[in-house]
Amino acid sequence: MSSGSIAWLQCLCRAATRALPVTGAAISVMVAGGTQGLAAASDTRSELVEELQFTLGEGPCLDARSQGRPVLVPDLAGESGARWPAYTSAAMEHGVEAVFAFPMRIGAVRLGVLDMYRARPGVLPPDAFDLAQVFTGVALTGLLDAHEVMGADRLAYEISQVSRYRVEVYHAQGMLQVQLGVGPESALLRLRAEAYLQGRRLGDVARDIVDRKLTLERDEA
Amino acid sequence: MSSIAPERLADVFVELADTLVDDFDLVEFLQMVTARASELTGARAAGLLLADADDRLHFMAASDERVHLLDLFQIQADEGPCRDCFRQGIPVGDADLERAGTRWPRFAPAARTAGFASVQAFPLRRRQQVIGSMGLFSAAAVAMSPGDVRVVQALVDVATIGILQERQVRRGQVLTEQLQGALNSRIVIEQAKGVIAQSTGVTIDRAFTLLRTYCRTHHLRLSDMARTIVNDPARVPDFGSG
Repeated sequence: MSSGSIAWLQCLCRAATRALPVTGAAISVMVAGGTQGLAAASDTRSELVEELQFTLGEGPCLDARSQGRPVLVPDLAGESGARWPAYTSAAMEHGVEAVFAFPMRIGAVRLGVLDMYRARPGVLPPDAFDLAQVFTGVALTGLLDAHEVMGADRLAYEISQVSRYRVEVYHAQGMLQVQLGVGPESALLRLRAEAYLQGRRLGDVARDIVDRKLTLERDEA
Repeated sequence: MSSIAPERLADVFVELADTLVDDFDLVEFLQMVTARASELTGARAAGLLLADADDRLHFMAASDERVHLLDLFQIQADEGPCRDCFRQGIPVGDADLERAGTRWPRFAPAARTAGFASVQAFPLRRRQQVIGSMGLFSAAAVAMSPGDVRVVQALVDVATIGILQERQVRRGQVLTEQLQGALNSRIVIEQAKGVIAQSTGVTIDRAFTLLRTYCRTHHLRLSDMARTIVNDPARVPDFGSG
C-alpha cells in the first residue's frame, strides 16, 4: 500500500475519534493471501492495542472479520473476558475498557476492520453506531483504492456506491472468481479496474459479464 | 372480512414461532415469511427489504428470486411502495400500477414489465422503530381487502417481533450487529450465485435454484453454504448427482 493511502487512513482514524464518543481508532488490513496487520491508527495507544490481536491471535476485531458483522464490547471487564482472556487483560493494561469493531466487508470480500477504542466502559449510542458505519464505508473505499490509481472524482463516486452495489456486481464478482482463478477480493478489484479502464459504470460492466458478453483474461503469472 | 383461511393462518404463526429458535438464520427466516405471505394471499410474489444504518433499504428475501424480480426489489431502495411504506411506517398500496407512473416513475413501469398490476407494502414495525418493509405483488389490478391487509400486517408484526426479540440485555446493540450480519449474508448469497453460474455454466437464476435445492436436501443453511462456495469455488457441489 502506498504511503499516501496510509496517511489518508490515519486521517480517517483521527476524524473518527473526533466525531465519535471514542478515545482512539485503528484500521487493520487483512486481505486473504495478502497484507495482514495494522495499517493506520489515530494515536500510539490505539496502535499498540490494535497490534495485540495479531500478537495474541484473538480479540473482537478478529471475530468481527470472521463473522462479517460488527462486534461491540461496551465493557471488556464484563462478559468478554472469557471470550478473549489474553486479549482482554492486555488491552485493559493499555487503558482500554471498551472496543467496537466494524468489519470492512462486502459479502465474502473482506478487506479489514475499523476498530474504535474507549478508555471508559459504555455502549455506543445508535447515532454513533450509524456514523461508525459511514466511516467504515469510507475506509473500505480507501482500501479498495489503495490497490489501484484513481482520481478524486472517481473516489467520490465510489464512496457513494460502496454500500449500494447492485446484485449483478456480486454475480459478476462470483463469476470472475472462477474465470480468473482468484479470491473474492481480487475478483472485485479486477471488476472495478475494468470499469475504470473502460470509463463505464461498474454495474454496466458487471451486466456484460453476467450476460457472458465480456470475459476478462487471467493475469500472466 | 379476510379471505385467508384461519386454520392455514394458525399453521403459519406456529411455523414462525418454531423457526425463531436461539440460533435462527435471519435470511432463511425472512425467506419463509415472504413465501408464506404470498401463499396465504395468492400474491404472485413477495419481497422483503431491511434498512441499514444509513436507513437505506436492501433486498433481503423473496418468494421468487428470479433476476428480473431482483431488479424490481432493488429499485425500491430509491423509489416505490416499499420505500414509501418504510418512510411512513404504514401500509402503502396501489391497485392499478398502470396508472402509477407519476407516483413511481421508475418502479411502476418495471413492475408492469415484470407482469404485476397491483402492489401492497407492509412496514416491519415495532412501536416507533421501522426496520424495513415487505411488498406483495399481484397480477390482477385489484386492491387487497382491508381484512387481508390486517392479517398480513399481523403476520409481518409477528415476524418483526421475532427479529427484534433480544435475549441479551444490551438493548439495540446486538440487534444491529445481527442485522448488519444478515445484510452481509444476503450479499454472500448473490456472490455464490455468480460462482455457481460460472463453474457449472448455468444462468444466475438456475444457480440459485441449484443452491437452494442442494441446501434443502442436505439440511444446510443457505448462508453457510454460500460462504463456503465463495471462499473456495472448488467446493461447489456436483449438483447433477443430487
